[in-house]
Amino acid sequence: MDLLSWARSPWGESVLIHISWDLFWAALVGGLLFLLAHGGYMLFSQHHKRSSSEVDRLEAERKDLPAQITRHGFVARAFHWVMAFSMLTLLVTAFLPIVGVKFAWVYWHWMAGILLTASVMFHIVHATFVLDFWSIWVGPKDIPEFKAEMMRDLGQEVPGAPKPGKYPLGNRLYHLAVMVAGLFVIGSGILMMWRVRTGLVERNPYLLSDSTWGITYVVHGLMGVGFVGLVMAHIYFALRPEKLWITKAMFFGTITRREYLEHHDPDRWVADKPGSN
Amino acid sequence: MPPIRDVMPAFELFQPASVGDALGILDRHGADAWVMAGGMDTFDWLKDRIRKPKVVVDLGMVDELRGIKDAAGGLEIGAMTTLTTVANHPLVQERFPLLASAALIVASPQIRNQGTVGGNVSQDARCWYYRAGWPCYRAGGNICYADTPTAVNREHAIFNADRCVAVNPSDTAPALIALDAEFVIKRGSAERVMPAREFFVGPGIDITKLTVLQPGDLLTAIRIPATWAGKAHYFEKVRDRQVWDFALVNIAASLNMSGTTISDARLVVNGVAAEPYRLDAVEAAIKGKPRDKGTADMAADLAVQGAVPLRHNAYKIPLVKALVKRAIRGEAEWTS
Repeated sequence: MDLLSWARSPWGESVLIHISWDLFWAALVGGLLFLLAHGGYMLFSQHHKRSSSEVDRLEAERKDLPAQITRHGFVARAFHWVMAFSMLTLLVTAFLPIVGVKFAWVYWHWMAGILLTASVMFHIVHATFVLDFWSIWVGPKDIPEFKAEMMRDLGQEVPGAPKPGKYPLGNRLYHLAVMVAGLFVIGSGILMMWRVRTGLVERNPYLLSDSTWGITYVVHGLMGVGFVGLVMAHIYFALRPEKLWITKAMFFGTITRREYLEHHDPDRWVADKPGSN
Repeated sequence: MPPIRDVMPAFELFQPASVGDALGILDRHGADAWVMAGGMDTFDWLKDRIRKPKVVVDLGMVDELRGIKDAAGGLEIGAMTTLTTVANHPLVQERFPLLASAALIVASPQIRNQGTVGGNVSQDARCWYYRAGWPCYRAGGNICYADTPTAVNREHAIFNADRCVAVNPSDTAPALIALDAEFVIKRGSAERVMPAREFFVGPGIDITKLTVLQPGDLLTAIRIPATWAGKAHYFEKVRDRQVWDFALVNIAASLNMSGTTISDARLVVNGVAAEPYRLDAVEAAIKGKPRDKGTADMAADLAVQGAVPLRHNAYKIPLVKALVKRAIRGEAEWTS
């Protein structure tokens, strides 16, 4: 299996063209194998939740909290679904032609790319000035939480383990991966707008050298196939029974007091009342 | 290193004697197989060593793919029928002079004697950047060398360019679309029949092909219904040289007249897009109109709406307008 496609330029130089489309199949099969492995493990393993007695105690202590707590405000949810729509459109328009479903995809692809870019720019501003910017980031302080999650996944009780703030560690790691891949795919995609006729910028295939264009296409392709795996994992985890409370919050905005106390550290995430951002 | 000319790479040659055998070979070898009809397109690719198929399937021995026969007032033309035969056949000349004119003006007499109607509609793009083996979009790369600020693109597309600006070079393709022809494609034991228009694809759909033919597919026949037999036909090809040249622009038109009024029409131009460009808006606009200068002028303006010229091919816009006017008036001499 080749990883990259090369060609000989008119000047006799060997230049990168794009990734090998075998990588798309590798991402698809790899993603499916991960889902099967994780699903099988969760089905048969001794994965431990927090004991209900511990949550009962916490709930009894915090009767002052509202019954419904806002996890995602309307604006944050709108951003999420706009981004999801644009990302799915980008993946469908990029990869269906490769698997043999032929249609005029380029126009829809760059239009969806513009929507994604605009939504991400909005998200950066919104997260910086309205949301708790640092709540989604990971750092060395999260190592104890990571250890506890691993121990639970391996079937061990972890009494007194640290709990996350607003976002569980899995959410934060996923956000980091999507952010890195997203910035690269958007950056390379914006450059590629100069290769097609969009009416937004004047087409100029000589904007970059052949080799730089090749790298741009390869980066775009690598991040694209990366998103195949990332999106598969995201949809899978969103549909897992133990994560459905998070998924519901992305639809309706709120979680229950019990879910808040079971999964979050009230000191690291101070609950908002419904209706706030 | 310049390309090696005239010495073809080694390949395994099959010369089946029946359609069944040909389909079996194509099925066995899939994407490794290259279908050769008259060889007029094939030998360029092979001698330039741009294409190096492992297997070449020469259809020259398959007699059942040759010939023209009556089909309920229309015609069925075998895909391996030579262009000379199509141009000179009395039934074609009588019923569909549009197709006879188009076939008669392809390339040179020698090429028409060897070239086939199936090959003429299936031939690949003639963009020299692509044919030189450069890694353009059509060749699987990520650039169109013909659509750059310094490109030589006098012969390229003014409509529907989507990254690639190559054009379809066929003369018979627009004529067949204007006659509502259907193409018969076999694959294994399956057969599908599709309107001629759907046989061709633009770069937006598939940037590496001009037709829907996939490995294993074989175009076996072209069926022309009786619908346009005996109607008003017009074909004109404009080229740089009056022999042996591809069209800068050509036009094929079929008009059904009710007295002096156009009751139905088909107008197709080629050499302006990667697929023969049917003028749907013009066809709708001239329906019910008289066949006169006013209608022709209106149609000409409508025909070029949406045209986006490249650096060196803006001349194609007035050329298309002139050809549309002449086709609607049916007067080749008429130029103003």
